[in-house]
Amino acid sequence: MTALVTLRDLAVSFDGTPALRGIDLAIARGEALGMVGESGCGKSVTWLAALGLLPGKARVTGSVTLDRAEILHAKPAVLDRLRGGRIAMIFQDPASSLNPVHRLGKQVCEALRLHRGLTGAAARAEAKRLFDLVGIPDAARRLDAFPHELSGGQNQRVMIAMALAGEPELLIADEPTTALDVTIQAQILDLLARLRREMNMALVLISHDLGVVADACDRVAVMYAGRIVEEAPIARIFAEPAHPYTHGLIGALPPIDGPRRPLAAIPGQVPDPRAMPKGCAFAPRCPRRIDACEVAIPESRVMAAEHRAACLRAEAFEAVHA
Amino acid sequence: MLRFFGFRLLRAAITIVMVVTFAFVVLRLSGDPALLIMSVDAPPEAVAAFRTAWGLDEPLWVQYFKYFSAIFEGDLGRSMRDGRPALTLVLERVPATLALTIPALLIKLCIGIPAGITAALHRNSLLDRLVMALAVAGFTIPSFVLGLLLVLLFAVQLGWLPSGGQESWRHAILPVITLGVGGAAVLARFTRSAMLEVLGQPYIRTASAKGVPWRAVVWGHALPNAAIPTVTIVGFMVGSLIAGAVVVESVFSWPGVGRLLVVAVANRDLAVVQCILLLVAATMVTSNLVVDLLYGALDPRLRSGLASAPKGAAA
Repeated sequence: MTALVTLRDLAVSFDGTPALRGIDLAIARGEALGMVGESGCGKSVTWLAALGLLPGKARVTGSVTLDRAEILHAKPAVLDRLRGGRIAMIFQDPASSLNPVHRLGKQVCEALRLHRGLTGAAARAEAKRLFDLVGIPDAARRLDAFPHELSGGQNQRVMIAMALAGEPELLIADEPTTALDVTIQAQILDLLARLRREMNMALVLISHDLGVVADACDRVAVMYAGRIVEEAPIARIFAEPAHPYTHGLIGALPPIDGPRRPLAAIPGQVPDPRAMPKGCAFAPRCPRRIDACEVAIPESRVMAAEHRAACLRAEAFEAVHA
Repeated sequence: MLRFFGFRLLRAAITIVMVVTFAFVVLRLSGDPALLIMSVDAPPEAVAAFRTAWGLDEPLWVQYFKYFSAIFEGDLGRSMRDGRPALTLVLERVPATLALTIPALLIKLCIGIPAGITAALHRNSLLDRLVMALAVAGFTIPSFVLGLLLVLLFAVQLGWLPSGGQESWRHAILPVITLGVGGAAVLARFTRSAMLEVLGQPYIRTASAKGVPWRAVVWGHALPNAAIPTVTIVGFMVGSLIAGAVVVESVFSWPGVGRLLVVAVANRDLAVVQCILLLVAATMVTSNLVVDLLYGALDPRLRSGLASAPKGAAA
């Protein structure tokens, strides 16, 4: 199957400080990919860069193709058509991601007008249908509400409805549940999973929580310090994590059953982006480090079908933990 | 909503009473109008007679009480210099002042706001730096200095425009520019920072992410939000339409309220000074009320805040 969206060697730097150091990633039609990693590892920046949403001071290089057409640094008119139309994005804090001075219906209708040419009563009827679809109670009245009159969870549903307005082929959900409380989190994740199936839409779910991604996605890409360090199907990443960082992330998840055990934290901290180690960025924190790790950045290598990891010690590591 | 504005109205009234009281006390403590108007050499009997005539021999609180009860009958006192009603004297001057301050306000709005928006949209560019350098120059030069510089250049050196007086519209050009430049500079800086604040908000990124063209993001999403803080400063400018030209009127010998104020203060013409201050306080307070109303119109968060919180803490 050909990829819907392909990122090749995508790199971003702000004022000379690298934030993203070469991302290669492909999203197939209809698939759900999770992207995990700690704050600042570049999960969000990857997609903001791909869609040209970073501020002007960001320097973006590499390639982003949508159906084989290059979209990185495309003309504003081209980007405006595909943003919200073919690739939609929702964000972490729904309350501040909606314009406080416009009614919710107006904000959704704007997307309907831009991407489907709907105006007036037709747009309003479609907006109401979308509100119903994402489970906003009393949809007709909510269209006339302002963001501050709704809860965080309801606002995130509005954001999702707005993202669906353009009938996108890919939805990027950037930490969509981080600002919400736990019960609402589960509802929003279920909603995203259901909508993806019903609309046959690809989903990229960005999260710092491997557990969240495990529930909603087929495949996961683990990021560390501006790179993808491991990429594998969900089941495989839990069964046979190849990269020591992935292993550390899994160790930090509390088990839902079995005996209570102390959660294993990864020692040390993420390196300063202005002073990246010459070799593997994880080497200073890595329990399996060897001298070779500090010489050059490890290439991403195939571990198994659909499983890649960027670690010199991947096989050895696997052998130890198998 | 009604209770909210009842509360604001009451506060406005209290503000005005305080301004008038303060002016009353300070003016009476800071010099003897009888001596100033009659001259120091006047015979003591004449000075005493003057004091009796204007009620200046009564205790301060009696004068204050009489003054206030007169206000409620619409009597703002008479000028001690020519005996005409103070209100008439002041109102005569208002059109002349407005002839300067209203065009100046238009200059401030038409230059300041677009300049601020442009600078914000091209942040850190050469254009931005240029606009901000001009803005800093514009509001750091005191208006009397700018006024005199303009006179020197356009009246004395080039001879294009008159240096003072009120004979024709050409006489208004230099004072209007002098007034407008400082305000435009302040407004440009204010608008720029309001725009920058708003452009950094997540909802701007959302608008771009859903495919809204940049121009429509600026007009439809950023400006309505940036208008909220900008309205505050514009309201202040509207509030100072009556008395915002004291210095400029003096520099350009423009017979407006500001010059009347300077002359009346120098002469301790109590009723006239108090009348002007009352008028100034009333315009300022009125424009603040209008600003509060506009906040409600511009910001739905405040609107529902008003409906649920009659104390008006939201404003």
